This record gives sequence, structure tokens and C-alpha cells, in this order.
Amino acid sequence: MDKLSFEDLGKKANGIRKDIIKMLLAAGSGHSAGPLGMADVFTALYFNILNHKPEEPMWEDRDRLFLSCGHIAPVRYVTMAHAGYFPKTWLKKLRKLDSPLQGHPERKRLPALETTSGPLGSGLAQASGYAYASRMDNKRFRVFCITSDGEHDAGNHWEAVLFAGKNRLSNLTSFVDRNNIQIDGHTEDVMPLEPLRAKYEAFNWHVLHIDGHNMEEIIDAVNHARAVYEKPTAIICHTVPGKGVSFMENMYEWHGKPPNEDEAERALHELRTLGGKIKGEHE
Amino acid sequence: MLRLWLEAFRYLKRLNYCLQIINSLNLTMLNKSLNLNKNIFDKKVEALPTRDGYGKGLVEAGQKDERVVALCADLTESTRTEWFKEKFPERFVQIGVAEQLLATVASGMANYGKIPFIASYAAFSPGRNWEQIRTTIALNDVPVKIAGCHAGISVGPDGATHQPLEDLATMRAMPNMIVVYPCDAEEARKATIEAAFNGKPTYLRFAREKTPVVTTKDTPFKIGQAEVFWEDRDPQVAIIATGPLLYEALVAAKKLSASRINSLVINCHTIKPIDEQAVTKAAKLTGAVVTVEEHQITGGLGGEYCGCCEEGDKKKKHLTCDKVKYVCFE
Repeated sequence: MDKLSFEDLGKKANGIRKDIIKMLLAAGSGHSAGPLGMADVFTALYFNILNHKPEEPMWEDRDRLFLSCGHIAPVRYVTMAHAGYFPKTWLKKLRKLDSPLQGHPERKRLPALETTSGPLGSGLAQASGYAYASRMDNKRFRVFCITSDGEHDAGNHWEAVLFAGKNRLSNLTSFVDRNNIQIDGHTEDVMPLEPLRAKYEAFNWHVLHIDGHNMEEIIDAVNHARAVYEKPTAIICHTVPGKGVSFMENMYEWHGKPPNEDEAERALHELRTLGGKIKGEHE
Repeated sequence: MLRLWLEAFRYLKRLNYCLQIINSLNLTMLNKSLNLNKNIFDKKVEALPTRDGYGKGLVEAGQKDERVVALCADLTESTRTEWFKEKFPERFVQIGVAEQLLATVASGMANYGKIPFIASYAAFSPGRNWEQIRTTIALNDVPVKIAGCHAGISVGPDGATHQPLEDLATMRAMPNMIVVYPCDAEEARKATIEAAFNGKPTYLRFAREKTPVVTTKDTPFKIGQAEVFWEDRDPQVAIIATGPLLYEALVAAKKLSASRINSLVINCHTIKPIDEQAVTKAAKLTGAVVTVEEHQITGGLGGEYCGCCEEGDKKKKHLTCDKVKYVCFE
């Protein structure tokens, strides 16, 4: 797939945000804050970073993208539709009975989802197992994993951090969506994670901190991770939950609910008119 | 005097000979077509723990296919994963005391295309990683093989914490999961090899203690297919057994036979999918069923059997459960 320029990536991300709002409105339930916050990372991945073929989703040499925090699936679905994995009309089927777009991703329903996820804290371990197995066979593709900061409360996640560190899985890159919210409140109130960087480093990981809305930083960080041969890399992406919609930004109340019609209209209006401004922030 | 002694000796010899004939008559009730161990009622019958069969089967499966990998959570020696590790060190993955990691790393490896066997004590795996198995192995439908060793109360001195009696229930309830509980080390070996190539998530249950080896290399084995190991003429009761307690069921059948109670013993090594035809046929033939397992009735073989009882057999079903309780907690 052709790689988009930084400027086009910003525009693409804005279009993806609009479709997220529309699909959540159609579904009538689902998560708003996380998907909007990660729209830039997903856009960068699917339109610049990943080595993949949407027309041949299960292409053997594709880079693997594991989504550990399955609840932000809407952003993945919308980005995949934009990339050409399936028709955009499917986006209206989010959360519907027998739909390929389940509320939380199911591997067997949609090609290239890589795994079934939703219950938190298990994605990095699966990605680590995958990276370990592919390294046994000298495969050259990379394994990416997207984790939320909230799921860093889970023991299973830290077991995986230990495992990947022990085995020096340099073909594994993990994004941490550091948006500082989870369902019950701010992460530092629910269960403090800081110093997060020091924790990963203590577990023998290479760690990068970036602005998760800056395309250049996202792409640079992945290129940096490719060059680290002795360790897995964690890219801590500082993101604004609900990014692009003023009344959702940084509000943990928007973690697990969709907009109603009024709210969706306001959100779409903001995304349309602020399109230029969002781009401006990164210039 | 000497002559008297000789007489007595000859008499005893003859008596012994007669006893042997009676014994062999009893043996004929064992299903001959299955090539079972002919010495199973001898006191010196060969005994091995079923986990030994797992260890052997795992090595054989590894020899057959390079995709086979083994993971262990710090119990490599006692789960017999050690034997695989010695043979194929590059295909062994040490996970540490982290059963949730054991399941999830294996899920990733299976998703990639490996055939992972994960071993720990059943109290810990699938005891501690139920949700990880559900989401990442069962719902994902990837072929991870879960070996639950040291299962049941026969673990003995380790105490209740180490005596899982719930694992069959939790694994039976999983979507896509095959559940196998071999009766002896030889069957465990065969089950392990067959599980490697069935393409499905599979739970294999093993025991710590040595138990008599009932089957031989030539005994047929197929996951999902129960076999009649003992059949008296016109049986009045069917004993459906799973796991190493099958041997005790055979001993019981022999004793019942001596008391003129004719029975039929089924080796029901596959709990899920249960061989519905075989067990319902046995129930119809005899009108009375006892299920035998080293597990709670709820969710175990007893539960699975009740699930395939016909509506009209409700009364029979309850009778069965009561008897199961008796057998289980005697």
C-alpha cells in the first residue's frame, strides 16, 4: 500500500474520527473516548507504517497488529474500511447480531484482526507468543500491539512485559495509549501507573515517549524501534481521550458511551470546522 | 507321613489350577478385541502415572512434527515436560510461575501456526487462567493443548488446594474445547499424540500417582470414541468410567461378577464430545448406570452423561447422580 504524507495522514485521521462518531451513533452503544484518541496512531499505522495488503488481508508476510484493548475496536474498523479491507457501508453494522464488526473484535469474523480481544491485559502476551514463534522460524515481519494504560493494572500484562524482556523480543513493538483515563476515573486515582517509563525499563524494555497525535513522532518512533535489536520497544503515546470533540476531550465519562443524535451533530460539526485547526497543531 | 504331605501338596496344586481356570473364566469378560493388558488383575500389574504417558506422547508428537512446542510454568520435571525439553531444547519455552501468561503466550504461538502444549498442575492451569483460556484459546479457536497434571483427589498429601475437582467442569463449558481424561499411561501417550493433530483446543487431564496400565500399545484409541472394556452376559448395570478410576471399575465388575451381578464397563476417556451413542446404548441395555470419576458430578462425566439422557430417563438420571455421589466420595 502507498504511504500517505504527514499532511494527508492528518486529514485522513480527521475523516476517520467523523466516521467513528457516525458508527457509534448508528450502533447506539460503544466507546467514544479511546477510539477518537487513538485515531492518529491507527491512521499512521495503516497508511504509513504497516507492511500489509488490504486486498489480501491474510498475506503471509504482513506485519501483525494485535489490539489488546478490544473496546477501542471502532477506530480499527473505521481505519480498516478506509484502507480498503471491506466496504464502508459495513460500518453501520457495528455491534449488530452476526455482524463481522462485533462490539469487541472477534478474530474469526473479520480477516486480519489477528485475535479476539476485549478482556484486558492479555493482548501483549499473545503478541509476545506470536513474536516468539515467528522468530523461531526467522520471519521478518514485525508484531505490533496496542495496549491501553488502564489495562496496565492487570497482572497478566506485566507477566508479558517480563516474558518479552526476558526473551529480547526485538520484533515486538507495543504502543501504550497513555490517555490517563479508565472507566472509574483517572488512572492515577484508580491505580497509579507512574513512573511508567521506569517500570518498562526495569523489565528490560526500550521505551519511547511521544505525542500520540503527532504523525511525525509516531512514524519516527516506529522507525526508531526497528533499529533496536536487543530489546522489545514500548512507545508510550500521550493522547487526549475524545480528541477532536471538545466536550469529550479528557472526560473519563466518555470512556464507555456513544453520542446521542444532538451530541453526534455537534461532534461532527466540530470535526468539520476544526479540521484545519487540528492540522495546524502539528505544523 | 511323607506320603500324606505329598497328597496335600498335590491337592493344593490342583486347587490352585482350578482357581486359575476360574480366574481365566473371569478374564474372558474383558473385551478380547481390544488387546487389553492380560495381567491387569495380577497384584504385580505394571503401574505408571498417566503424566508419564503425556511426557512420552509429547516427545513422539515432537518427533512427528516440528510445529509442536512445549511450554511449562516452572513444573517441568513433575509434568514430564522435561523429556521434551531434553530432546528439543529449542522448542521448549519456560514461562515461570505465571499460568495466565502460559495460556496467552501459547495462544499467540498457536495463532502463528505452532502446536503448543502447555503443562502445569490442573489446580493452576486451567485453575488460574480460565478467562485467558476462554477468550484467547477457546473463542479464538486456536489449537493449544492444555495438560492439567496432578488432577483429582489422588494427589493426596498435598491437600485440598492441590486437588482440583472442578477442572473438567470449567473446560467442558468452553466453546470449541475437546476434553480427554485418559485411563492409563499408555492411553495418555496416545491421547497426547492424537491431540497434537486434531487442530482444536484440547484439555488433557493427568494424575500424579502410579495406576495400573490397563491398555496396551495395540488397544485401539480414538478421541470421542468410548470402548466397552468389560461385558458380562445380560448385564444389569453399566459402569461408565473415566480416567485411572477405570481400573477400579474393572475390579468392581470382577467382584460383582463373582456375586452374580452382571455388569458392563465403558472406558469413557473423552468427556467432550461424549460418545453419546455408546453411553445411551449402555443405559438402555442395562437400565442402571453408575458413572465413576475423580471429579465432582456437577460438570464432570456424571453431568455430561445426564446431559445426554433422554427426557423419559429423568428418573434414571437422578438415580445415576445419587450413585455417582456415592462412588465419588466413598
